[in-house]
Amino acid sequence: MAQANQTASMNTAPFPTRFAYARSEDQGAGREAHHPVVVIGAGPVGLALAIDLGQRGIPVVVLDDADRIGDGSRAICFAKKTLEIFDRLGVGKPMLERGITWNVGRVFHRDAELYAFDLLPETGHGMPAFINLPQFTVEAILVAKAKATPGVDLRWKNRVVGIDATSSGASVDIETPDGLYRINADYVVACDGARSPTRALMGLDFAGRVFEDRFLIADVRMIANTPTERWFWFDPPFHGGKSALLHRQPDDIWRIDLQLGWDADPEHEKRPEIVGPRIARMLGHDRFALEWVSIYTFQCRRLEQFCHGRVLFAGDAAHQVSPFGARGANSGIQDAENLAWKLAAVVKGDAKAALLSSYDVERGQAADENILNSSRATDFIAPRHAGAKRYREAVLNLAVDMPFARRMLNSGRLSTPTSYDTGLSTPDIDSWTTATRPGSPMPDAPVVRAGGESDFFLAMLPATACLVVFGPAPETPDDLAVLRVGTDIVDCEGLLAKRLDATPGSAFLLRPDHHLAARWRHPIHDQILAALDRLRGKA
Amino acid sequence: MSALPTENRFADPDAAYAAIVDAHEGLSEAESAAFDARLVLILANVIGDLAILRAAIEAARKR
Repeated sequence: MAQANQTASMNTAPFPTRFAYARSEDQGAGREAHHPVVVIGAGPVGLALAIDLGQRGIPVVVLDDADRIGDGSRAICFAKKTLEIFDRLGVGKPMLERGITWNVGRVFHRDAELYAFDLLPETGHGMPAFINLPQFTVEAILVAKAKATPGVDLRWKNRVVGIDATSSGASVDIETPDGLYRINADYVVACDGARSPTRALMGLDFAGRVFEDRFLIADVRMIANTPTERWFWFDPPFHGGKSALLHRQPDDIWRIDLQLGWDADPEHEKRPEIVGPRIARMLGHDRFALEWVSIYTFQCRRLEQFCHGRVLFAGDAAHQVSPFGARGANSGIQDAENLAWKLAAVVKGDAKAALLSSYDVERGQAADENILNSSRATDFIAPRHAGAKRYREAVLNLAVDMPFARRMLNSGRLSTPTSYDTGLSTPDIDSWTTATRPGSPMPDAPVVRAGGESDFFLAMLPATACLVVFGPAPETPDDLAVLRVGTDIVDCEGLLAKRLDATPGSAFLLRPDHHLAARWRHPIHDQILAALDRLRGKA
Repeated sequence: MSALPTENRFADPDAAYAAIVDAHEGLSEAESAAFDARLVLILANVIGDLAILRAAIEAARKR
């Protein structure tokens, strides 16, 4: 039934998806090798982190227990902020080329459309709200990039079987086809997924909530003229009383998600003679082939702390959400981006180890936000008691013509980046009119480069801290990158100034992850220095 | 916690009460409950203040 390999070969060419084990020079060297950073898990989070660290000049060893990209139907929706990160890492273009861009979602109740929403209603952004692209294609592109990144050492069929963390580093025991070996690291980052073996080896509690419902997730191949939109049904005639989701992927593959209820028998529901007719009822025809079928239950849970001495956790290893809202892979890649610049600064000695505690604070906040949103969506989609069912029915009923009820209707609150409440931000002293505030991700805007080419603001930003200034530049420290609007880039449509509420003399201090650290109407040198110290964890 | 107005605010409270009750006339238990849910949501949006809404929920719950 599950012929996911077929899908893989269609979507990933020319990116390889199987990799050979190779004996590393650390094995049988007679002494234990030492590395600044070891990443466990070559999924999207571990790969993005390794590429980012490599590009920052930090050598990194990536250990993965498999020798291939895992197949199966996993993440498909990659959000704007994630695409901006991919773009900074140099893989934005292949992702966009292979992915299917979408901004519009439609919600149906029974047999009628209730309303449509546009996740990116304004123009002037380099990246779309979302692309749909199977996770294994994303991983294949990231593996190719990681292999081409100096300093990234990918080791397949290297299974971590032991970890011994101390206050100054960690020793990792690794099982390979050639036997066991051990390496030492200053820092270990576990990106080894929801069932994280590292978490288990360290005996860490992964607490949260299980949702008592089962969902059928299927990828089907078919030729269809349905637009590239997210379609969600509450109680459709083809699947009475339950919810359904239809979402397009590249290469004529469609993701289908059908709520089955807690009493459904997973083994029975997975049988082709049961799944086939279910999906035929939804599509109104049987001209499709099943590529992948799984039955899921959802959980929302997190580690209480993401940093355990020198062992750090990122992605699903640190936190897990239900899939409504595409907050799993997207938040994991944003974990990687948050951690990469901090870890690089600490390893290089540019920042104290205390900077890493801001990773726990900021991405812990993001995890809480994601768990809250995904729990609320799951509770709306699968109401847990009679009163909840009644209120959901009322919302669906009112949403036909009352805009307020459409805002309560919840088929998944789709992933948006978190505005960090963090000690790395400098509180405002001037007044500003934007929703963007210190800690927020920077908005995008169309710009023209000094050479005359059209581009986008976010694509112009360096991977370091940077001061974006409107009008005459204040005196700045030598090691701070400065981007002058009007000289280095032209705000050709005035949208950058509008989205930042910038006036002549305004300056914006951006973090290496392109979140806002500080802003002023007319900064002086000392204010910029103090904000930089704060950003580097020195304040 | 917002102060929840509990003094009468209607010029004709009897008419307000009658309007709500009369709307339930002829409804089954289930229809009545569904009606109330719609009404609560519409009124909650008119209030448009989460603190007042929570105070009202608390006031109703502790009876």
